[in-house]
Amino acid sequence: MNFITSFLLTVGLFIVGYFGSRLPFVFGLVIPYTALTLFVLGLVCRMIAWARVPVPFRIPTTCGQQRSLSWIKSNNLESPFNLLGVVGRMFLEVFFFRSLFRNTKAELYDGTRLVYGSNKFLWVGAMAFHWSFLLIVLRHFRFFTEPVLPCVLWLQDLDGLFEIAVPAFYLTNFFIVAALGYLLARRLFNPQVRYISLGSDYFALFLILAIALTGIWMRYIDKVDVVKIKELVMSLVAFAPVVPDGIGWLFFVHLFFVCVLLAYFPFSKLLHMPGVFFSPTRNLANNNRAKRHINPWNPEVKCHTYEEWEDEFRDTLKRIGLPLDKAE
Amino acid sequence: MRDTAKVIIGILVFLVLVTTPFWYGKIAAESGKPPVLKVGTAEKECVMSKDFMRANHMDLLNEWRDHVVREADRVYVREDGRRFDKSLGNTCMKCHTDKKEFCDKCHSYSGVKEPFCWDCHNDPNAR
Amino acid sequence: MSEEKKIKPNEILAGIDYNPPATGWMDTPVDFKKGTFCNSVPAKFMEYLGQPQPHEWKSYQDDWGLPDNWREIIFEGMRERLKKFRTFRVFMDICVRCGACADKCHFFIGSGDPKNMPVLRAELLRAVYKRDFTLAGKIMGRFVGARKLTVQGIKEWFYYFFQCTECRRCSVFCPYGIDTAEITMMGRELLNLLGLNIGWVTEPAANCFRTGNHLGIEPHAFKDSIEFACDDVFDNTGVKVEAPINRKGAEVLFVSPSADYFGTPHYYTLMGYLLLFHAVGLDYTWSAYASEGGNFGLFHSHDMMKRLNNKIYHEAKRLKVKYIIGGECGHMWRVLHQYMDTMNGPTDFLEVPVSHVTGTRFDHAASTKMIHISEFTADLIKHNKLKLDPSRNNHWNITFHDSCNPARAMGLLEEPRYIIKNVCNNFHEMPENTIREQTFCCGSGSGLGTEENMEMRLRGGLPRANAVKYVKEKHGVNCLACMCAIDKATLPPLLEYWVPGVEVAGVHEFVGNALNIEGQNERTVDLRGEPIKEQEEKKDA
Repeated sequence: MNFITSFLLTVGLFIVGYFGSRLPFVFGLVIPYTALTLFVLGLVCRMIAWARVPVPFRIPTTCGQQRSLSWIKSNNLESPFNLLGVVGRMFLEVFFFRSLFRNTKAELYDGTRLVYGSNKFLWVGAMAFHWSFLLIVLRHFRFFTEPVLPCVLWLQDLDGLFEIAVPAFYLTNFFIVAALGYLLARRLFNPQVRYISLGSDYFALFLILAIALTGIWMRYIDKVDVVKIKELVMSLVAFAPVVPDGIGWLFFVHLFFVCVLLAYFPFSKLLHMPGVFFSPTRNLANNNRAKRHINPWNPEVKCHTYEEWEDEFRDTLKRIGLPLDKAE
Repeated sequence: MRDTAKVIIGILVFLVLVTTPFWYGKIAAESGKPPVLKVGTAEKECVMSKDFMRANHMDLLNEWRDHVVREADRVYVREDGRRFDKSLGNTCMKCHTDKKEFCDKCHSYSGVKEPFCWDCHNDPNAR
Repeated sequence: MSEEKKIKPNEILAGIDYNPPATGWMDTPVDFKKGTFCNSVPAKFMEYLGQPQPHEWKSYQDDWGLPDNWREIIFEGMRERLKKFRTFRVFMDICVRCGACADKCHFFIGSGDPKNMPVLRAELLRAVYKRDFTLAGKIMGRFVGARKLTVQGIKEWFYYFFQCTECRRCSVFCPYGIDTAEITMMGRELLNLLGLNIGWVTEPAANCFRTGNHLGIEPHAFKDSIEFACDDVFDNTGVKVEAPINRKGAEVLFVSPSADYFGTPHYYTLMGYLLLFHAVGLDYTWSAYASEGGNFGLFHSHDMMKRLNNKIYHEAKRLKVKYIIGGECGHMWRVLHQYMDTMNGPTDFLEVPVSHVTGTRFDHAASTKMIHISEFTADLIKHNKLKLDPSRNNHWNITFHDSCNPARAMGLLEEPRYIIKNVCNNFHEMPENTIREQTFCCGSGSGLGTEENMEMRLRGGLPRANAVKYVKEKHGVNCLACMCAIDKATLPPLLEYWVPGVEVAGVHEFVGNALNIEGQNERTVDLRGEPIKEQEEKKDA
């Protein structure tokens, strides 16, 4: 049900984008500016909102040996003791999904024996998807920069390494579609994951898949005039917008999907991108006992002091001969 | 503990990255406008429409190459019956004489790498 | 529960189905099945602790006696906590429901109940957050997982937030480090606002607050108990040990979970401590006031945690000790390691711990000035300061269970292993996906270790027991070593049920057995008073 709703929603956006090509001013200019503004402001506001909430306690999840006795080998990446360790841990988490790499699958064999097998499929799928997406975004900087950034050209060559077809076939195009297909199939066919999946979970996948497919369609099948597209993009970048005539409708569909993604980003689960940096179980050092962590709202609470305790049990304490602070 | 400094640095890095096109454009001080191409020639129209050629010339060139090299088919007949020699050097470059002016400018503007054409062909004007 | 027919192991196993029901989780009402939830808290304990909305109610009855404005109370409580805990705010926002956590929870593995997947447990709160605190939820509703909070929803919260042991195993696997323990703590704090908690969290908390320990043991009984242990040490080893209480001017204050002096097999660990401290001549004291290291406040609320934890520093200051050593306990060490200094520090009246025997400075505890006893002991062994005869533990074939909190909130992994390997000859690890940071909970932590909750405990403990069964069958393991009072209390019935024939023991029980001390007798029995079979083995050889 959630799956179908999201699919139909994506088809709906496609149709809107299709007709949007007839309103190039709105869909080539107003919507992109609005979407980008929402994206940037939305994310910045969200990050500020998170940052305004204090981290009252230092609660890293330790996944390795603590630093304690000098002769016991501590693990500065899994149980970081200092900033360097935290940076290393976050680097592995952000760029290589360290935690997901641990994934296992619990199975009940013959109904009696629990077995935990290594299960790296999700990690492979997630890595393929995220890295492809990142490289694709970076590749698109050929449309955003003039002269084109040299590293973008270099990246394109790397991505098109196999030099199959004209224009060159990009590996990332294949990987992103395959990975999205896997992630969708997983949501659909793994009973547990299907059970937890919300409409918005499918929607994010469909939306990105739609972006990827329209992009591929534009590059290999129904080709568009990239010079005009760059002209449009560069005019937006220079804040002197011009919408050249004769840009194919497919581009507007592609652009519209991207705009929806940008605008949707700060209000959805896609916030996990900035969010991972804010996760206190990962970004704090496990040096709790060495360095005091300050809680800005550390409350005054009612405690049971020794004096109160002694008063309550004075007779008993006297009888059993424990030392007293006050005789009476 | 709010780690204000780290968060501010993080937000600044994000802003710098996401606005790369805007400030890079200013630094590079290029207009960002597409190149104006000089085509000095007697012909008034190309083998196909201009719009088609702008988006699909690579397909046509590929097709011609295959026809000529693999099938020895050298004649291209346009819809209106006019015949052309399937040749980069003799047909295309008759009008688009200057590789640097005509091919390279657009390719470099849109970040398209040097095509295979010049693996075999010489730029007739490069001498 | 006891009169009823207990569910059999094969019945539990046959009934586990990891396929979720046909109805979506939002539309599947919670079923309070007897044996799978804890009793509600009597009002008097709430009142004693000054908690809001104390009232009599029963978790299995329909009417929970909620105040009329219960929804406002919850929303206000959420608003407040969203401003106070970055974890709460961020974890509400960033989950992508990838499902990596799903089969990491021992309660899900043992019950197959989909709401025991950590992601759905959090989603119970997130659905309310989405609907009432976010724009997307207001506009798109169910599509983004928003759901209206109903009384049914509160019951669901109660059922599932008291069906999480805050073990943090899921947070090891979460790509964003979302920690269900944090979610559960928030959920429980919110339930507290409506006067909803369980007996076995609030009553021990009230007892700790009053007498200093969770069973409400008064000072004379505490003293008796420690003295009994000294006598038992003498009977079994011939060594006369001292155990000073509330003594001012000692170098060290020793705090252990109260079960150590009232529970079995904890008691043998206590005897191990006493022998060890005697052997190295530690100048220390117990405290009858701070006679509980375990902190039931952790299972209740952050405020309660602070109120109970306060006693330790308060007492250390009063007794003018130099530093503090803590005994074998799991959640106690979560509080000591991650919360104590922040809550009740700074400790300018204490000194950085230095072992009086080896001279080792424990710089990693430079701020809290409290060290774990296994750190203290491992250091002694490393410096050859203990005379050990590991053969006195030859009747044990040992495996080690990492307790959740020392493993995942502290990283205390190697110290206990080092000690065990030095005091025992037979040690075998359980499979690697079930130990260290991936260790499985006993299934009864965070206040859930009650009789009435037995079926759920047995289900939650299945993954742990299953791993023990593996090493029992493969290596003939007959003893599960651990360093947690809740483990020692709840693993024996668990293993009795799933893996009969495996005993549970604390690490310092083995230390006590192996220690050679001046003036000792022939040591024919171990600390449990059971004969050491050394003689027979010699004959056999």
